[in-house]
Amino acid sequence: MKEINKILLLGSGALKIGEAGEFDYSGSQALKAIREEGKYSVLINPNIATVQTSEGVADKIYFLPVTPDFVEEVIRKERPDGILLSFGGQTALNCGVELYKRGVLEKYDVAVLGTPVQSIIDTEDREIFSGKLHEIGVKTPRSIAADNMEQALKAAEELGFPLIIRAAYTLGGLGSGFCANMEELKKLAGSAFSYSPQILVEESLKGWKEIEYEVVRDQYDNCITVCNMENFDPLGIHTGESIVVAPSQTLSNSEYHKLREIAIKIIRHVGIVGECNVQYCLDPNSEDYRVIEVNARLSRSSALASKATGYPLAFVAAKLAMGYGLHEIKNSVTKVTTACFEPALDYIVCKIPRWDLNKFEGVSKLIGSSMKSVGEIMAIGRTFEEVIQKGLRMVGQGMHGFVGNNKEVKDIDEELVNPTDNRIFAIAAAFDKGYSVDKIHEMTRIDKWFLERLKNIHDLKEELAKYTTVRGVTPMMLKKAKQMGFSDFQIGRLTIKDETLSAHECMLRVRAYRKELGITPCIKQIDTLAGEYPAQTNYLYVTYNGAETDVTYERDGKSVVVLGSGAYRIGSSVEFDWCCVSAVNAIKKAGYRSVMINYNPETVSTDYDTCDRLYFDELSFERVMDIVDLEEPKGVIVSTGGQIPNNLAMRLYEQHVNILGTSALSIDRAEDRQKFSTMCDQLGIDQPRWRELTSIDDIYKFIDEVGFPLLIRPSYVLSGAAMNVVSNKEELLHFLELAAEVSKDHPVVVTEFVQQAKEVEIDAVAQEGVIKAYAISEHVEFAGVHSGDATIVFPAQKLYIETIRRIKKIARAIAKELNISGPFNMQFLAKDNDIKVIECNLRASRSFPFVSKVLKSNFVELATRIMLGEHVQELHKSVFDLDYVGVKASQFSFARLLKADPVLGVDMSSTGEVGCIGENYYEAILKSMLSVGHRIPEKNILISSGPTRSKVELLESTKILLEKGYNVFATAGTAKFLEDNGINVPVLYWPDEEREPNIMDYLKNKKIDMVVNIPKNLTKRELDNGYKIRRAAVDYNIPLLTNARLASAFIYAICKVDKKDIAIKSWDEYK
Amino acid sequence: MQNLKKARLVLQDGTVFEGTSFGYEQSVSGEVVFYTAMTGYPESLTDPSYKGQILVPTYPMIGNYGVPVETMKDGLPAFFESDRIHCTALVISDYSFAYSHWNSEKSLGQWLKDQKVPGLFGIDTRALTKKLREHGSMLGKIVFAGQDVEFYDPNKENIVAQVSTPEIREYGSGKYKVVLVDCGVKYNIIRHLLKRNVTVKRVPWNYDFTQEECDGVFLSNGPGDPAQCEETVLHIRKMLDRNIPIMGICLGNQLMARAAGAETYKLKYGHRSHNQPVMEPGKNRCYITSQNHGFAIDDKTLPDDWEPLFVNVNDGTNEGIRHKSKPFFSAQFHPEASSGPVDTEYLFDEFVKNMEKSKK
Repeated sequence: MKEINKILLLGSGALKIGEAGEFDYSGSQALKAIREEGKYSVLINPNIATVQTSEGVADKIYFLPVTPDFVEEVIRKERPDGILLSFGGQTALNCGVELYKRGVLEKYDVAVLGTPVQSIIDTEDREIFSGKLHEIGVKTPRSIAADNMEQALKAAEELGFPLIIRAAYTLGGLGSGFCANMEELKKLAGSAFSYSPQILVEESLKGWKEIEYEVVRDQYDNCITVCNMENFDPLGIHTGESIVVAPSQTLSNSEYHKLREIAIKIIRHVGIVGECNVQYCLDPNSEDYRVIEVNARLSRSSALASKATGYPLAFVAAKLAMGYGLHEIKNSVTKVTTACFEPALDYIVCKIPRWDLNKFEGVSKLIGSSMKSVGEIMAIGRTFEEVIQKGLRMVGQGMHGFVGNNKEVKDIDEELVNPTDNRIFAIAAAFDKGYSVDKIHEMTRIDKWFLERLKNIHDLKEELAKYTTVRGVTPMMLKKAKQMGFSDFQIGRLTIKDETLSAHECMLRVRAYRKELGITPCIKQIDTLAGEYPAQTNYLYVTYNGAETDVTYERDGKSVVVLGSGAYRIGSSVEFDWCCVSAVNAIKKAGYRSVMINYNPETVSTDYDTCDRLYFDELSFERVMDIVDLEEPKGVIVSTGGQIPNNLAMRLYEQHVNILGTSALSIDRAEDRQKFSTMCDQLGIDQPRWRELTSIDDIYKFIDEVGFPLLIRPSYVLSGAAMNVVSNKEELLHFLELAAEVSKDHPVVVTEFVQQAKEVEIDAVAQEGVIKAYAISEHVEFAGVHSGDATIVFPAQKLYIETIRRIKKIARAIAKELNISGPFNMQFLAKDNDIKVIECNLRASRSFPFVSKVLKSNFVELATRIMLGEHVQELHKSVFDLDYVGVKASQFSFARLLKADPVLGVDMSSTGEVGCIGENYYEAILKSMLSVGHRIPEKNILISSGPTRSKVELLESTKILLEKGYNVFATAGTAKFLEDNGINVPVLYWPDEEREPNIMDYLKNKKIDMVVNIPKNLTKRELDNGYKIRRAAVDYNIPLLTNARLASAFIYAICKVDKKDIAIKSWDEYK
Repeated sequence: MQNLKKARLVLQDGTVFEGTSFGYEQSVSGEVVFYTAMTGYPESLTDPSYKGQILVPTYPMIGNYGVPVETMKDGLPAFFESDRIHCTALVISDYSFAYSHWNSEKSLGQWLKDQKVPGLFGIDTRALTKKLREHGSMLGKIVFAGQDVEFYDPNKENIVAQVSTPEIREYGSGKYKVVLVDCGVKYNIIRHLLKRNVTVKRVPWNYDFTQEECDGVFLSNGPGDPAQCEETVLHIRKMLDRNIPIMGICLGNQLMARAAGAETYKLKYGHRSHNQPVMEPGKNRCYITSQNHGFAIDDKTLPDDWEPLFVNVNDGTNEGIRHKSKPFFSAQFHPEASSGPVDTEYLFDEFVKNMEKSKK
């Protein structure tokens, strides 16, 4: 074998549903392994907010799309000796397979390290894969195709009932269903044949347990299983949508080891070198099993397994790919044993998905075989009760655990049988209604062991509710509650009946009483060996199921606590992980010990070798206080983990916790709408007019003052989007009726909506009120698109100097007034040099990694040094020194969200982002848009340009498209407008016009390569038609643009920049 | 929840842990040992190697899947490692009062009560384990109020005699005849032999098998200090002069070594888990094994005609030996698993191959 010195690693690009932060973690670990070997690493990943694309992780970084064309260009330039394909999710794997098939790897003599490509192909193709497994006598679900009723009946006889019927070649499960006997089969098959000429008759494994194993193999054929995991939700719910525990809880030794042995048999037979994941379903009434899936790469499950066990799977997999044996790699937790062992857990972990379905218009809330969740959490404890309650709090959707929530479940039975993202709370409600464990088991098929444990929580809740004061609760009962994962908040809510106390006051009373009684948690280590050998591990969790703490505390005021960002969600993801990791690095550099608190298994900040001490635990007031009591740190950093820690600032401050940097009082002045507004008035800073209103009449009065359109933000949302723009009375009423309740208890914030305004952001770092570094960027889209969805250009290319000067002035005034020491971000509306402030956050923002990396100056590091008290110099790098442009573009995951309307608005809906650097604006736009899944259209483009303003906006773009030789199709109104302006294009008819040529046919037959559809207004017909086009574009995987400004920018980019002229330059080559 | 009795676990060094009883309510004493396996309590509790010991699983939730039904297969209970619970008591962190499994017929607590074995929950088993680890192991007792007992050291007695079969028993009717020296055999060893066309003649630990007509001899696992089984060692030593294949497991491995003239010693950190990696010296092959032992063979004392067969990857201690020319080998770990990983089951095939070879 040739010597491998230079290794190319493919990243996974923007975060999307099904492919999220876990691949930043895997990639970072692999790069660390490469670095440790003294080899040279090259990384391709356009996701600029990741830790892996930070300085010092890879030797060379390309912010380019992970597509075969671009990767080939990088290979041509860099000439790596080897390539790693299994650390960047499906994106990297698919790209690698394609490069292999095109002969690119062979042409440039690039060796695939680790699992051979053929093994990958074998596991990816269902047919080949089950064939492979049958060779070694491993079972997969049985399925028979039938072309007519006779064949279907024969298949049923062969397979036995129950069965599932699936109609082949239909979208969305049309004609599919479950049948328990011949009668039902005949009926169902009959209707299925009306949809499709062929049906699949499959054995039904409904209600079977779902179990996963993470398996590792080295080149010497040594195999281990690092972890097994059991799904709380039985088969039928995607493992990414399931609550999962590790290790398995309901498997006997014989079942556990039978599945383990099969997993090892499979990895050997497929020939994987590195890591793979095997998913099984297991009959709850025998030891019968089926293999459902094998992933020949690092996966979300493997990231979870790494965090669950402390075994660094990705790191080890990278070492194995470089030729090591398992026994030759050190166990980095114990430091004395090797990687050739199977972790023993003396705790349980529980993973719970985080959904954000409320953010989407029209999406189905049912959970099932496809993934919709956008993030996940992991809770660690020593009983299931403890971890499920911790976990439900961590998910961060306002729940306080399994019980003690103000949560109404409308139709319990429906919810139990057809689960949505709320099923767990339907179980709690069912217990309240007196349902037995057996009944709930019948309806959900969730193993009774889990249900019994949940029942324990319910029963204890009933006990607690009998008390009227917390001091009446016996110490034994209180301790038991804590051991079952009850938070002080839950206990307060259940026991304290004094209505004059706020929830926070109740919680403080519980805390005080509990501390008096000496009921405090203990800290346990995760050491991979369940205490069998001594281990110096800094990976910790907090539990009440124990009597002894494993750690001794220095209490020397030399540690600094960083609060992490929690579950990835829409609006808060990998960018805050980068911020936290940057803060931790700066703390270590300054000679302090870094202490991290976070519970998101997809992150690098929860990698135990990132910080000096890791508490994989809750970011609640209670838990942070517990840890602060033990650590007695120099202080706590709340400004690098996004909104969760930011919201804790005031309450921690009230308990005399030292908040480093900007004072909590200042944070409160920026967060509180009223206080902030008053401050702006005093400083003479303009804001869009707004008011908090409690009746429709008041809203009308306000409208008389400012006119339409308005941004309206209800405090209590019934359904649908939380925020919306309305342009007239009908829309206002429609929205209020549909989505919100207006009353004294539920006021609505109504804000004047400035149209055609540019949105500008400043990311900055200040010390004692003086700005030390700043970055001003602008949005491509006009205001009205959420800043998290907007396409952002840095340095701003099209702002007036005057605008920039005014923005700097305002930012300086605010920094001074709030005496900011640390990071902050402000957003502005700019129209004709008229500047209005719309938002101010005294914390690092989503765009910090982007501007830091484009400017090559780490803002978070600077801010952390300031927060630690170092006096820093002002950063004298001017944007005029930059000979390049950065563009940050958003990634949407609408394809995964069945029925959701893929349209952008004031509420955020993107799941991830990329940031690319270009020689000029258009090149940067092109690279970043290609990175989020857009393609340069081949030939045909459909334009439906919406309101007059966007019609005008797109006029020039249409012209240059035609000049470039593209075929443009338009809807009637757009075509008419173009005709009036001297351009003739063919018309396609709306979906609801039954006329040819119809848009839907063109989309279905993929005659269109790109769709530009700008939503016009909220009339029903417009919504229906527009929706159908947008949704069809997403479902048929045709690139879609719904914003006129962005569409125009992209069209200019594809027309002005030739693909072959795109510069293949690494980050360090932009000087 | 019903009213449960409190009880204390008292260690030799004076440490006291308060717990709640879920098993038989009687004070007992023994050697306290932990094991880190995450599954397999029915197997471990019935493993004769735990005779005289108070067992502490480090996995916190125990009893989840109840206790399997008692069915017989080939003259052996299908789901247990012997016909009763052997350990003195069970100490855990959290007990699953409600259990769930298709193959269970009773709860763990009920089983303990039926077999008159105490069980305590509500104990910080991680803290306890760390203490035991540092002491190697420790004597301890479970004390119910008003019912104190003396400490008791099972290693000072010949406990093998207590768990070994009192009479000769035969199983199966296979091609190969194997004498199984029962020092406290786990039934899965017998099952593995039966599966491989073997007739098993199970004999007491002190039975003189040196004149037996057989194709192979199997030295079983068992509890306690190997130094207590000198009688067995003498028989094995005689047998080593012959050429009949011998295989040993765990205590059997130590007895084989002593018979060959090597010495055994007590480990600082005993091996009590399902995740122990062992390697064949000089090769790159590793296996994950199930282990439960506090004594080991001292490699340096192995005579010239013997060599290490396996070595522990974690601490470098000996995990098995073999004769350089004769068909004798033994393993310190448990290739029969149950509970634990089944990676080294092939050793039974090796044994059968040896018998096939020497038969010819």
